[in-house]
Amino acid sequence: MVQIEELKQKVAALAEEGRARLKEVASPEDCEAARVAFLGRKGKITELVKFLPHLPPEERPEAGRLINSLKEQFQAELDRRLRELKAQEIEKKLQEEAVDVTLPGRPVALGGLHPSTQALREIYRIFLGMGFQVFESPEIETDEYNFQLLNIPPDHPARDMWSTFYLTEPGLLLRTHTSPGQIHVMRRFAPQPIRAILPGKCYRYEQVTARAEMMFHQVEGLAIGRNITMADLKGVLVEFAHQMFGEGRRFRFRASYFPFTEPSLEMDMDCIICGGRGCRVCKHTGWVEILGAGMVHPVVLRNGGYDPREFTGFAFGMGPERILMLKYNIDDIRLFFANDLRFLEQFSGGLR
Amino acid sequence: MRVPLSWLREYVDIPQEIEELAERLTLAGLEVARIEYLGPAAQAREGKREQGSQATLTWEGIYIGEVLEVKPHPNADKLVVAVVDYGKGPVESVTGAPNIRVGDQGQKVAVAEAGARIIDAYAPEPKPVKVKAMAIRGVRSEVVLCSEKELGLSDDHSGILILDREAEVGRPLAELLSDVVLELDLTPNLARCFSIIGVAREVAALTGQRFKTPEVKWHPQGPPISGQVEVEIQDPDLCARYTAALVKGVKVGPSPFWMRRRLALAGMRLINNIVDITNYVMLEWGQPLHAFDYDKLHGEPAKRIIVRRARPGEKITTLDGVERDLTTEMLLITDPEGPIAIAGVMGGLESEVTESTRAVLLESASFSNTNNRRTAQALKLMSEAAARFGRGVPPELAVPALKRAAELMRELADGEIASGIVDVYPVKQREVELDLEPREVERLLGLAVSPPEIMELLERLEFACSPREGTIRVRVPQHRLDVSCPADLVEEVARLIGYDKIPTTLMADPLPRQERNRSLELEEQVREALVGCGLTEVITYSLTSLEAEAKLDPNSSPEGYLHIANPLSRERSVLRRSLLPGLLETVAENLKHHERVAIFELGRVYIPGEKGERPREPRRLGLALAGPRSRLSWHEKPRAMDFFDLKGIVEELLLRLGLEGRFERTSHPSFHPGRTAKLLIGGEEVGLLGELHPRVRESLELELAEPVLAAELDLEAILARAAPVGRYKPLPQFPAVLRDLAVVVDEAIPAEKVAQAIRAAGGGLLRELVLFDLYQGPPVPQGRKSLAFRLRLQAEDRTLTDEEADALRTRIEARLAEELGAELRK
Ligand SMILES: [Zn+2]
Repeated sequence: MVQIEELKQKVAALAEEGRARLKEVASPEDCEAARVAFLGRKGKITELVKFLPHLPPEERPEAGRLINSLKEQFQAELDRRLRELKAQEIEKKLQEEAVDVTLPGRPVALGGLHPSTQALREIYRIFLGMGFQVFESPEIETDEYNFQLLNIPPDHPARDMWSTFYLTEPGLLLRTHTSPGQIHVMRRFAPQPIRAILPGKCYRYEQVTARAEMMFHQVEGLAIGRNITMADLKGVLVEFAHQMFGEGRRFRFRASYFPFTEPSLEMDMDCIICGGRGCRVCKHTGWVEILGAGMVHPVVLRNGGYDPREFTGFAFGMGPERILMLKYNIDDIRLFFANDLRFLEQFSGGLR
Repeated sequence: MRVPLSWLREYVDIPQEIEELAERLTLAGLEVARIEYLGPAAQAREGKREQGSQATLTWEGIYIGEVLEVKPHPNADKLVVAVVDYGKGPVESVTGAPNIRVGDQGQKVAVAEAGARIIDAYAPEPKPVKVKAMAIRGVRSEVVLCSEKELGLSDDHSGILILDREAEVGRPLAELLSDVVLELDLTPNLARCFSIIGVAREVAALTGQRFKTPEVKWHPQGPPISGQVEVEIQDPDLCARYTAALVKGVKVGPSPFWMRRRLALAGMRLINNIVDITNYVMLEWGQPLHAFDYDKLHGEPAKRIIVRRARPGEKITTLDGVERDLTTEMLLITDPEGPIAIAGVMGGLESEVTESTRAVLLESASFSNTNNRRTAQALKLMSEAAARFGRGVPPELAVPALKRAAELMRELADGEIASGIVDVYPVKQREVELDLEPREVERLLGLAVSPPEIMELLERLEFACSPREGTIRVRVPQHRLDVSCPADLVEEVARLIGYDKIPTTLMADPLPRQERNRSLELEEQVREALVGCGLTEVITYSLTSLEAEAKLDPNSSPEGYLHIANPLSRERSVLRRSLLPGLLETVAENLKHHERVAIFELGRVYIPGEKGERPREPRRLGLALAGPRSRLSWHEKPRAMDFFDLKGIVEELLLRLGLEGRFERTSHPSFHPGRTAKLLIGGEEVGLLGELHPRVRESLELELAEPVLAAELDLEAILARAAPVGRYKPLPQFPAVLRDLAVVVDEAIPAEKVAQAIRAAGGGLLRELVLFDLYQGPPVPQGRKSLAFRLRLQAEDRTLTDEEADALRTRIEARLAEELGAELRK
């Protein structure tokens, strides 16, 4: 018969031995070996069960608890050690996986919108906010729509203002401005009030130089109602220009002439390049023209189907390319349709 | 229009600074494009701009002098002693200028007397010095004869400035040479300002100064013109008025210096006193005039002027020596023998005023501006006269200008004016009277202006105003042809008030009904999709050439195109029918700088209309790719983009638009016969995509090793089918089962056919089918290919069992074997 005291000594010794063993393990494999050595079927702790039959029956439950407690304790320590080792192993592996973070990243093919498209979108955005809607009209126009209905009869001296490409088909031409869209929109909506933006390509019979293109975009604006004034026109244009060019710019309105507006005006902005002191871009005036506008001529209102005694309206026209040239100090309009990616990609990130 | 200020000042006082005046004019619509300063004005301006670093001169104490005598210097070989008179008796000046030599006399020079300030010609930086009387090598020099540099006119100090012989001795030099020229950019409505008087009227109204109405003198001395000149207007529709004066005994020679100076400043070529006078009066009044050599005209006993349209086949040699073919719509001035001038455009060579001319028939007439424009344009003869007549010259201007010119010929060419004038005036200038309701001003401008204020402003511009009940009756002055409706008067009011005085308001008018532009929104969505695919948008010219188009479409014929009647060049002579030529030209250009080009264009093409219909302008979408798939990097070997890169983009676009497309192999002369597909949506062909044929690449100078891919899609057809509303499908409730399937088929069988067979056999349970491998080569037998698909199987109402999935796969395999002779690949 053995005494329980003897068992207690063995448990204490094995606990000590187990801890010593676990201290030495260096890998999950070692851990497994230690587990087998202590908790396996023939393990040292498992083997303690063999003592039980030799104990007096009344001491057996206590002995059982002692052995179980030792098992649990060893198992817990073993698990803790295993977690530790695994963490170390992962850490080591990650260290080995280190890359040279200064190497260039994998290239992504970035596309971008043409700057003119971006300027058009910006213009749409600003005017949509003021209740204008976008409409389109044809690029191939008739003399009637491009000129006559806009108060420019044949052989009118104002025709010199637009050098025109004519088609061989009689009466047809490439629109020289987006203004014929005014008539299209008016005839569609008369006598309802209108707030419209009409974008599109226009063409001029002009030798292509750094300052003149034979093709360009224009955006026409038109507002017609019973209570629309030149003061409203100024308000809309100032709001537009502030949003387009940023706060803090100065603007002025000059009397001008377009056959389809009366009174007519042109809007100037202080030169961005020189800040108004005078430079080549502003021809030493300190001002650059940004758009033309005016109150819709009574003849045009009538041609569109509106009674000029009841209705008034304003119209304006601007060039997205010109706006970009002013904003970004682009000195050659040909860049827009030369489509050199070295130019276009500068705008891939959007207009700022 | 170039306006010398000294000339303008004859008709209006200008108390303000030039810049201030220029701004006022610009804001009122007379755009001052440039201010040109001459003489000390330029100096003063420079000085101001350079903050005093440049010397400023006033030319005070500098006069016009005459060289009376040049004597040798007793003590110096290189110096001379000039005796000059500048209005204060003879004085001596020692000078070394090489252009004054012993024995010279009569030259007019600039004389700076003691105390005057001139530029020190020898200082390193230009700075003013005071002229002092001093002895030079023993001879006393009282005054300095100035060089251009000393006067601050230029850097030239190579000799003294020799003035025009006409210069008046004793007058200040500044009177002769100092001036400012305003260069005006005038819009077509400002025809009246193509004259000094017209500009003076504007300046007066804008600055509140008085317009000094020119006084028209008339001192005829000769026998009456009647009996010597007869005028007949046969086409009064083109000639409202013809007036003529006769000046006999003229001496043709150079004009006086003051006139030559003004004409030169105004940019006019100098001819002789008679022609110069007609030009001078034209610039002054805006009325073009013509002087005929009276003795070269025909008609007995009186010379006969007949104003009529040209007859068929008629010709005239104009002053520039060019023989002109005339059309029967052109208006001529003729005599009984034939044409002597193209009315209001250019005179004839035969009746030209020359040195031997003794008598001048002076014409001041009024011609139809539209007819004049047409004639000048047809003959490409843009004379100063035509520029004015084409914009409109009021008939009422004819007589004052005629008299002014005749008087100048009397004064400056010793002429004798025949008494009376000829004045044939079949179509009187209409007097325009308008009723302006004062509230119209506020209705248009958004600024209330009181009736008295409106009248005061209009009267400054010489409109005669009288208040009526509730309106103002306004009589338009005869020199204004541009005012025909109340809105024109409102503009005049606004111009004089200043546009800056008009308030800036937000529109109070009710907002019209808002309507979205679906078509534009979709177009923008397409752009977004393509940018998302890594493409850059380009915009190319709508105008192209048949040759460029034929490179891609060899079957194109000229009739299919809209042609420009007046092309700038052959390269831009027709409207495009395809985006591809422009797009591929852009690729070629960019390949000079980039190895990879991936671009798209969304734009219109232009199709001639059917009989009587307007042309169509449908939108197309063009895509072009060339070069490696991605930019050069250390990550992977560069791989060239191929057909499937292009197709992938098209598929992505369709996906985003909610469309399903089908691709079928097709052929096109410009594309690779084996690598070209047409895109079908709903059975309709809506586009073409493929690899360019090497022949086409060569013709486009696309010389690179990798293929060039291009597509052109009919955007109208595609967008018309785009799902109007995106639809939502509920998420599956039961898990999916994946099965892979590898089959070997004949290489001629298109993958799509295999996929279709799988779909047909798979039925509703087959939710997704992806081809993930294509293999040819051992162990797959020659002429066969292996395709591997992943099948995603899923039921809506239950979890699919493995047995069901396997059974389905077996069914599919059986069908493939049966229909396509497919074998399973293990
Ligand atoms: Zn500037």
